[in-house]
Amino acid sequence: MRVWSLLKFYTVLVYAFMFAPILVVLALAFNASQFGGFPIEGLSLRWFYKLAENEAIIRAMRTSLALGALTALIATTLGVLASLALVRYQFPGKAFITTFLISPVLVPETVLAVGLLIFLRWLHMPRSFALLVIGHSIIALPFIVLVVQARLVGIRKDYEEAARSLGASPFQTFREVTLPLLLPAVFAGALFAFTISFDNITATIFWRPSGLETVPTQIFGMLRNSVSPEINALGFVMICITVGLPLLAGAVARYFSRKKI
Amino acid sequence: MSDQSLPADRRPWILLSPALVFITALVVVPMAFILVYSFYENIDLAQDVPAFQFGNWQELLTDSYYRTAIWKTLRLSLIVTGLAAVLGYIPAYVIAMTRYRHKWLLLLLLIIPFWISFIIRTLSWIHIFGNQGALNGLLGLLGLTEAPLSIMYTEFTVIVGFIHVFLPYMILNIYVSLEGIDQNLEPAARTLGATPWQAFREVTLPLSLPGLAAGCLLVFVLTGGSYVTPLILGGPSDFLFGNLVYDAVVTELNWPMGATLSFALLLFLGSVVVLYSKLMGMDQLSKAFGR
Repeated sequence: MRVWSLLKFYTVLVYAFMFAPILVVLALAFNASQFGGFPIEGLSLRWFYKLAENEAIIRAMRTSLALGALTALIATTLGVLASLALVRYQFPGKAFITTFLISPVLVPETVLAVGLLIFLRWLHMPRSFALLVIGHSIIALPFIVLVVQARLVGIRKDYEEAARSLGASPFQTFREVTLPLLLPAVFAGALFAFTISFDNITATIFWRPSGLETVPTQIFGMLRNSVSPEINALGFVMICITVGLPLLAGAVARYFSRKKI
Repeated sequence: MSDQSLPADRRPWILLSPALVFITALVVVPMAFILVYSFYENIDLAQDVPAFQFGNWQELLTDSYYRTAIWKTLRLSLIVTGLAAVLGYIPAYVIAMTRYRHKWLLLLLLIIPFWISFIIRTLSWIHIFGNQGALNGLLGLLGLTEAPLSIMYTEFTVIVGFIHVFLPYMILNIYVSLEGIDQNLEPAARTLGATPWQAFREVTLPLSLPGLAAGCLLVFVLTGGSYVTPLILGGPSDFLFGNLVYDAVVTELNWPMGATLSFALLLFLGSVVVLYSKLMGMDQLSKAFGR
């Protein structure tokens, strides 16, 4: 069992490698020093206050939130419809269609970004916020299909058939049986799409119109010289949003599913 | 929903059509445009004329600058993939085999990095390796170094940054295939006289290869297509093929060359994906995400 202990120790080290730098950002957000790095010269919330006054960051945050929400709406709608078709029906060419729907994952984002830009250039359309929404939806869609599909497999068709045989119309069945059963999958997909959009920088740098910043591109721009303490504070806020939200959602979902039983 | 009146075999296509149209119009068609544009001629900043000439492709294949970038990208992607596999296999194995009561926590901790902003995770290494970073602070405190070591903005920090971001993909993919293995196989091999190492090497390792291959493919393709990590963590000589695309399109506004470079990148990484799918099929890839 000596070997097993060594393997466990190695695993702990890998986890430390994954989380230590993130914990450092979280800690440095509270550093009173005017520099973004070590040493920690005392605890302070001053950089959070500074952050709240930084108009550029607030604007970027608003842009990112709106972008994430719209991306979630579009990508989840398309993804849920496609997943329903893939899970519920047998049809010729299904394997090919599945691969096709997932294939954008394997196209490097850089290439995806340039392709869409050149297409727009040919159409004589300038970069716009709408381009970001559509582009982010394309990037998120394959992930939504994968996640939602996996969740849908678990929903049995019997419930719908039972509702139909008890006299419900197709629409009633969808509204009263299918949709409630679908909701967790829809919600998981939407959350995933939001996170993908909120986090994206690779394609966003290509697509954003000049003057428009999302949170990641704003941070990228601020990084030119050094890591400012405001970036650490912003990192803290972002981690709270993107980690806190899904954890909270998961906890709420578990609470409600327990209540039902 | 009046789908009762529709023939059953049309319904899936109606559900699928928005997504299919979306991908066709916004992924497939633009790829064709990239190819067409790669034959256009660049005249001046953001000025190009339609043409059918191979000047851009010739430049790509003959200019040593581009060849260096191809070589660097291949080398770096292989290093990152190899190191991620070595670093990731053991944790995946431990999570799959452990009888620890809170195994869900270990899995959750693997998912959480996906939720944390890529740019925050990447720049966090400046806090570790930078002049004001944790490592230099520690070394200075211990009196081991006079002046801060310059570790930051090198190929090393680029590699660390890539591994840090892509390691969860690797571990998850290996874990999924390890978890699918019948837990009795290794003990069975043991009773038949195999040593623990033999049992692992002859039974578990081969059965986990699909997951390992899927993880390697993802890490390789993701690294090979990036350009942001070298911009944040690398020095002036640390650039990848993606950085050339970025320079051509964003800085030089040379669209035909940008298109040529993009299409070359697509061909390069696409051929890796095709090779993989011929060998392994595409099922394994979707398993890790579908969880």
